[in-house]
Amino acid sequence: MSTTGKVVGINGNMVSVKTDGNIIMNEVGYILNGDKRLKAEVIRIRGEVAQLQVFEQTRGIGVGDEVSFSGEMLAVELGPGLLGQVYDGLQNPLPELAEKAGFFLERGVYLEALSRTKQWSFKPSVNVGDKVNAGDCLGIVPEGPYDHKVMVPFNLRDEYTVVSVVSEGPYTVSDKIVEAEDPRGGKKSFTMIFEWPVKRPITLFDERLKPVEPMVSKVRLMDTFFPVAKGGTYCIPGPFGAGKTVLQQITSRHAEVDIVIIAACGERAGEVVETLKEFPELIDPKTGKSLMERTIIISNTSSMPVASREASVYTAVTLGEYYRQMGLDVLLLADSTSRWAQAMREMSGRLEEIPGEEAFPAYLESSIAAFYERAGIVRLNDGNIGSVTIGGTVSPAGGNFEEPVTQATLKVVGAFHGLSRERSDARKYPAIHPTESWSKYNGIMPVDHVKYAHDILARSGEIEAMMKVVGEEGTSLQDYIIFQKGEFLDVVYFQQNSFDPVDAAVTPERQKKVFAQILLLLATELNFSDKEEARRWFYQMRQKYLDYNGAEWRSDSFKKYEKEIADILQAKSLGTDKRAASILEDLIK
Amino acid sequence: MSKVYSRIESIAGNVIIVRADGVRYGDLAQINTSFGTSLAEVIKLDNDLVSLQVFAGSRGISTGDEVRFLGKSMQISYSESLLGRVFNGSGEPRDKGPSLSENLISIGGPSFNPAKRIIPRNMVRTGIPMIDLFNTLVESQKLPIFSISGEPYNEVLARIALQAEVDLIILGGMGLKYDDYLYFKETLEEGGALSRSILFIHTAADPVVESLMVPDISLAVAEKFALDGRKVLVLLTDMTNFADAMKEIAITQEQVPSNRGYPGDLYSQLASRYEKAVDIEGAGSITILAVTTMPGDDVTHPVPDNTGYITEGQYYLRNGRIEPFGSLSRLKQQVNDRTREDHRPLMDGMIKIYAAYKEALEKQSMGFQMTEWDEKLIRYGELFEKEMMDLTVNIPLEQALDNGWKILSACFEKEETGLRSSLIDKFWPVDSLKNKAGQE
Ligand SMILES: Nc1ncnc2c1ncn2[C@@H]1O[C@H](COP(=O)(O)OP(=O)(O)OP(=O)(O)O)[C@@H](O)[C@H]1O
Ligand SMILES: [Mg+2]
Repeated sequence: MSTTGKVVGINGNMVSVKTDGNIIMNEVGYILNGDKRLKAEVIRIRGEVAQLQVFEQTRGIGVGDEVSFSGEMLAVELGPGLLGQVYDGLQNPLPELAEKAGFFLERGVYLEALSRTKQWSFKPSVNVGDKVNAGDCLGIVPEGPYDHKVMVPFNLRDEYTVVSVVSEGPYTVSDKIVEAEDPRGGKKSFTMIFEWPVKRPITLFDERLKPVEPMVSKVRLMDTFFPVAKGGTYCIPGPFGAGKTVLQQITSRHAEVDIVIIAACGERAGEVVETLKEFPELIDPKTGKSLMERTIIISNTSSMPVASREASVYTAVTLGEYYRQMGLDVLLLADSTSRWAQAMREMSGRLEEIPGEEAFPAYLESSIAAFYERAGIVRLNDGNIGSVTIGGTVSPAGGNFEEPVTQATLKVVGAFHGLSRERSDARKYPAIHPTESWSKYNGIMPVDHVKYAHDILARSGEIEAMMKVVGEEGTSLQDYIIFQKGEFLDVVYFQQNSFDPVDAAVTPERQKKVFAQILLLLATELNFSDKEEARRWFYQMRQKYLDYNGAEWRSDSFKKYEKEIADILQAKSLGTDKRAASILEDLIK
Repeated sequence: MSKVYSRIESIAGNVIIVRADGVRYGDLAQINTSFGTSLAEVIKLDNDLVSLQVFAGSRGISTGDEVRFLGKSMQISYSESLLGRVFNGSGEPRDKGPSLSENLISIGGPSFNPAKRIIPRNMVRTGIPMIDLFNTLVESQKLPIFSISGEPYNEVLARIALQAEVDLIILGGMGLKYDDYLYFKETLEEGGALSRSILFIHTAADPVVESLMVPDISLAVAEKFALDGRKVLVLLTDMTNFADAMKEIAITQEQVPSNRGYPGDLYSQLASRYEKAVDIEGAGSITILAVTTMPGDDVTHPVPDNTGYITEGQYYLRNGRIEPFGSLSRLKQQVNDRTREDHRPLMDGMIKIYAAYKEALEKQSMGFQMTEWDEKLIRYGELFEKEMMDLTVNIPLEQALDNGWKILSACFEKEETGLRSSLIDKFWPVDSLKNKAGQE
């Protein structure tokens, strides 16, 4: 008999319940309100009173309403059919909800996350007599572009001996596909579906590895300057309107990973709609199928209940870990982690916990750290490698990075792509700050090459600042050329036109080629008689590069621009910087 | 059936506590005091202790006053009879018309299913070049005007409301100055739009708490009309007053403030209102234009800051003009590719040159040498401010685009504009304004 209780207090979306039995922390309970069952999660237990965060609006709940506890923690369904889905934070499929309830998200309507009627063509990979453990593969079904591994539920501790296996053919997720026996002779049957509690990381792997292989985003500034490794973590803080969402949208399209999970956490519903409508139409060059088939959207937007917003990032990362277990590379993009942190803050306030800075709970830092720790690249028990990469946006109050969520995030991530208001105001997109951002990962370029370009940029910035004081007339030609070199690098390489079909996504191959030419220009001593000549020359070069960036890879016009660029440079060259000698040697190789 | 209680346990701020049974969260109660009756809403339940937020404020309430629970949450009548009417923040008539009680609907309903949304697609014409040309307003957009108090934001709202081709205008006033209320009423009347308007007005003289219901009432009514196929424009002024009312209640409730006294859920509270903006497939739409005054002209103040993170852009009103920098319509790209082919390039091109003008101005003020190019920029900037930014200019988009070309040709050679030659060939005015403008 499961535990029941009665409501004794309500404060916002927190309900206090007096219970008559055992309660599990993070257990799901349902508040019976009229003909509705409202889902809630236990977040604190004090004596016989449990406090629950309700995943719905609490209006209409009264003292004395009955509560029934499920005995299970908040969990998601895992199995084939997750790809291409659009879920809310609790894994309710939103399109199906719309079919059922119409335009609005009515309270208390919960649907199955995975279809129970869809048939999957299952091909077993175990035989009678085989021994299997949690996470082992029982067979595969094709799902979108991938072979979906059907695995032994992750929560089982025993080793099972396979007693029977169905033959190859179509089955639904709830059909029994394998019968097995535990060491004590107990019977167990496996289907293609099982549940996992979202707040517990899945740790069924042999070894966690160091993230070294770059996760290619095809954004130049990221791949060349501030790279992210597969299995790594990064954050994008920035004031409103600086381009966080657009940057994630671009990444979700072009990143070279197997699966992308988009967690729209407490942001605008309209932004999700763009992805929702466009992805089915876009073709993933890697698989030849629609982008939607490699994507899962968790959409718990700003007007949806705050408690399920808190759950949504865990739902997303759990689905990510599940596909990682199949040896796939998963990218999780969370927009925005600040809204998740605020959801924690709201609950903490209702629980009357002692607040920390800006009223965030004291455990803010550890929660953020624990979330990003669920990223990683692992060697699985079967020897395959799988990864979860996490990128989160941060929406700092007042655009000021000196605030708790940004600071706690910076402590744990491996790369920081800080967006700047000045750059976005000047329409310099992506507005990643080129000197304040950083990355601890290795990218696609040699470190000393990147450093050389970066040093010129820093020097250029200093000269620009000085020029504001002494005017152009007070600046030497030498310095003026360095200033122009920095500006040039910014305009033709950092800035990238995400609306241009070619420039929007630049392959590593192309980045290497273009960057080599830029390095050559940066390292070349140029022969100008005055600043006006220098300015004109750089403007001409810029224009050429912009056309070059827009030309199809290796097309005739691409080659033509390349030649022209080399000629224009050659005409003004006085030789090269000695400090760049070893770099230029690399480039020739 | 409703029970009456006549013992108030405590009174603090605008919140009173009574002991009662069978009360539900969000229910309304009526309090009879010596100065009249007021509505109150249940905001907390702790066993039999019921906390109520009193809309008329707690001043003058006696511990012996009667509290009658109505057994329902806030509702508002929905029908065509709302048109042309004026109500207060509790939904009671402010004009001399009858109070309405048929066809009651709940306010603050559930949110729209994201999977049911569509990509916005219709431009809202305003006749203001800084909007139509540079930051186009789109049907179903949610967009605030950021400004300091004293700017003509209410005039801009009223003007857009009259000019926009919408079926219905709903004005939600919060802490509105009485004069501003009269201004809206008269302007709508003169413009012949009052009969298709509904006003929910909370004035600065009314109890602060009463403003809390205004956005929800306005949007609940808007939602019903939109579902019935109407294009609704909702004007909310001033959302900073609404946020301040929330702050007041939070402080009374001894909630730990997050930022400058505002409650931690300010973002969620504002978002649940703004996200009501929607374009409904096969039916109508809700567009929300709001005013957010910025205390101390500080955009990092919690109210404009949280608002900016929620809305789809903002118009900065400063010195009586909509600023080109900082103003943003995030939905403009959904529509400005289908207006006229020179719309997008002119929008970007003219702003870039205007930015260069600002730099030239700075140079001038620092006393650096001015080049011929700088002089051209300064001329351009002056024309731009006069022909585009001045709020008295009221012209259709097409004419604004034509004016853009005239300004460019009056100041620059073709190749100095940075615009594609194919466009220049097509749109560059033949009898250039150059000479005319030169004589001015
Ligand atoms: N890479 C880009 N190219 C062109 N325009 C861009 C780019 N990035 C951003 N923008 C412009 O800036 C606007 C705001 O960008 P975005 O929505 O990504 O901001 P944000 O940082 O997510 O803001 P918020 O925190 O409010 O959600 C976009 O609507 C678009 O007009
Ligand atoms: Mg965003």
